[in-house]
Amino acid sequence: MVVVLVLGLIVIGSVVFHLLSPWWWTPIASNWNYIDNTIIITFWITGIVFVAVISFMAYCIFRFRHRPGNRAAYEPENKRLEWWLAGSTALGVAAMLAPGLVVWNQFVTVPPDAGEIEVVGQQWLWNFRLPGADGKLGRADNRAVTADNPLGVIRNDPAGLDDIIISGAELHLPIGKSVRVHLRSIDVLHDFYVPEFRAKMDMIPGSVTYFWFTPTRTGTFEVLCAELCGVGHPQMRGTVVVDEPDAYQAWLAQQQTFSQLMAAVEPAK
Amino acid sequence: MVDIPTSAGDVIPPAEVADVELYHPTSWWTKYVFSQDAKVIAIQYSVTAFSIGLVALVLSWLIRLQLGFPGYFSFIDADHYYQFITMHGMIMVIYLLTALFLGGFGNYLIPLMVGARDMVFPYANMLSYWLYLLAVIVLVAGFFAPGGPTGAGWTLYPPQALTSGTPGGRDWGIILMLSSLIIFIIGFTMGGLNYVVTVLQGRARGMTLMRMPLTVWGIFTATVMALLAFPALFVAAVMMLFDRLLGTSFFMPAIVEMGEQLKSDGGSPILFQHLFWFFGHPEVYIVALPAFGIVSDLISTHARKNIFGYRMMVWAIVIIGALSFIVWAHHMYVSGMNPNFGFFFATTTLIIAVPTAIKVYNWVLTLWRGDIHLTLPMLFAIGFIVTFVNGGLTGLFLGNVVVDVPLSDTMFVVAHFHMVMGVAPIMVVFGAIYHWYPKITGRMLDEVLGRIHFWVTFIGAYAIFFPMHYVGLVGVPRRYFELGDTVFIPPSVHDLNMFISVAALVVGAAQMVFLFNIIWSLFRGREAGGNPWRATTLEWQTPQTPPAHGNWGKELPIVYRWAYDYSVPGAPEDFIPQNQPPMAGVSRAHT
Repeated sequence: MVVVLVLGLIVIGSVVFHLLSPWWWTPIASNWNYIDNTIIITFWITGIVFVAVISFMAYCIFRFRHRPGNRAAYEPENKRLEWWLAGSTALGVAAMLAPGLVVWNQFVTVPPDAGEIEVVGQQWLWNFRLPGADGKLGRADNRAVTADNPLGVIRNDPAGLDDIIISGAELHLPIGKSVRVHLRSIDVLHDFYVPEFRAKMDMIPGSVTYFWFTPTRTGTFEVLCAELCGVGHPQMRGTVVVDEPDAYQAWLAQQQTFSQLMAAVEPAK
Repeated sequence: MVDIPTSAGDVIPPAEVADVELYHPTSWWTKYVFSQDAKVIAIQYSVTAFSIGLVALVLSWLIRLQLGFPGYFSFIDADHYYQFITMHGMIMVIYLLTALFLGGFGNYLIPLMVGARDMVFPYANMLSYWLYLLAVIVLVAGFFAPGGPTGAGWTLYPPQALTSGTPGGRDWGIILMLSSLIIFIIGFTMGGLNYVVTVLQGRARGMTLMRMPLTVWGIFTATVMALLAFPALFVAAVMMLFDRLLGTSFFMPAIVEMGEQLKSDGGSPILFQHLFWFFGHPEVYIVALPAFGIVSDLISTHARKNIFGYRMMVWAIVIIGALSFIVWAHHMYVSGMNPNFGFFFATTTLIIAVPTAIKVYNWVLTLWRGDIHLTLPMLFAIGFIVTFVNGGLTGLFLGNVVVDVPLSDTMFVVAHFHMVMGVAPIMVVFGAIYHWYPKITGRMLDEVLGRIHFWVTFIGAYAIFFPMHYVGLVGVPRRYFELGDTVFIPPSVHDLNMFISVAALVVGAAQMVFLFNIIWSLFRGREAGGNPWRATTLEWQTPQTPPAHGNWGKELPIVYRWAYDYSVPGAPEDFIPQNQPPMAGVSRAHT
């Protein structure tokens, strides 16, 4: 009866491992605690099913193990039991799906007062662009990328002239302000991933993708790339600093706009 | 008990069916090498699949060495690491599991289990194997080509797969990979048409569809799916090859790579992802459905009890097969596709959990009031249920779109798919080999070696992949050559990684015990006899063991009953073979 014992140990061991595990998600720093809650609900439902199914199987193996003279029952079907099980499974699935879809609806609906920033991935570093005083990001295109204009901002679009360009340096965000993150890539797929924010999204060259979140905690957070982008993938790191509003304004004042950058380059030519 | 009226099976007279259509071998070459006997082709497929599978096993060791002990092994650099994970994934999914379940088990079991002499198109069947072998050779050639094999990840996402920042992107690696896939799909189509037509047209008299063993249902449905899904991968591979060789822009937009503006323009990287996963998700079930079918038969035979809810099991297989074509974009929740797709694909994905759960219930309910013999096939079947339930349940995390957002591209995903489509189907592969080896060779596999193999593999695999979910929960991304000094990753994660690596090395070593057993038992195994498990299905009722070319003697079997007449009340034995005519005094509860 080693099997029954091992199955019991697997059930108990898995539950104990889960409860005592020091390996758990990072303390959240965004508004997406709804996501964490949905995961908790899912852990409960799936955990109960796992324990129930494996324990029942272990019981069957123990109770109906072969002994001389035993003979199995003959019961091809049991419609009532089968439909009852299918129905309760459907109910459990709905209990996970419903909150999931409600939160997804929030996830894809950007609040109207959200600010905008742009993250541009390239092998293997992060660039950022903030709208300038006009609050609008100018158009950009990979075809316009040059050594002097690494993000491919379109020069004759007036909305882009005051955009703030942060190339390969850290990004700051003010706490408590919702932000819609526009995502672009100039070479291959990347994925802007800050574990503490929970939200993430791939960036696709030729498209602009997005997600939104609200930073809820000040601090310095590491940016990773979560979509394989070549041999430098693990080294593609960046930093996001969530500031109090005053500190954010002080940082913002030191940044250079697109037209300043262009002006610095032009005389040299 | 259900009461289903007796069918025409009782009155069909026996008849001779000549095997004139078979091509009988005339020399050693046509008997063992260019054979048109599905059983020989099955063994050729299986040996090739296991050989290339050994390469994938060694690659998994190297991957785990790097992850568990970063920096200790100087011969593993980042280029190699990405080449290893790419080849490991592609080999396991396509060249091992797909080829083994369909080309291996399908070829051996379909004709025998439905009572046919052979596949209906034996010549195309032979070609199928030789194209498969060619595909494997082209794949392996990547290791010896300049620049090595591709390191794009098994998903081969462009533009990355075609750029210079990826190993093999501008060399031979990606060309050989795509070519190999194209050859594989052509070869598979020849075999796949055979499996489908044989099941539909080649069944013995009395073998109605609803009397077929679930093994045949699983392989049949998986093959239909593969014939519909592989063309998507085929066109994706052809277009990508054009992008690479002819400079087209199917998947390549305007990009600037390492400071240089490439000539491509207007292509769509995300179109490739849709094509890939339109194939890729059904592919999960192409591997899983044969496993579902086979494990049903293993459980039924070794618990001496009919499979519970046979008709529900058949319909669950068919429904899962159909639904799996409308869930593909759950692999793309954070791909940047229109996020509104998330509502649809999360719903379809979670609906598929219901027929899947029904299958699990019915396996366990088959054990209920059974007469459970803890043979090696039964042990592996139990191992399958544990790992499949575990991996299936974590699928409910990843399928539920918003839960997927933080977990996608982390080690949680790696743990999930290894548990559900790696460990679980491989448990069934082993169970099936312990079960059918006596029919194939006439000898039993060694019991003690088999038990060592089972316990180390089962407990070891659980020890590898269960904790790995928690590495992902911390936020550790997948496909990282090294984690470096990442602030949010505590040192304990590195300890856990080391533990997982050691477990992986041990589990890999246990497979050598299995290989030894296979070879040793071929010569020294106990004589099995024709039907050592006292099973009902037709393959155990052949006149010879191993079955001769043509499978049956002069007369094809006639089928009188379903595949699960175990422990029928009133019957003298606890099993009644499918070709046994009705007996007086035995109740007929089921056709």
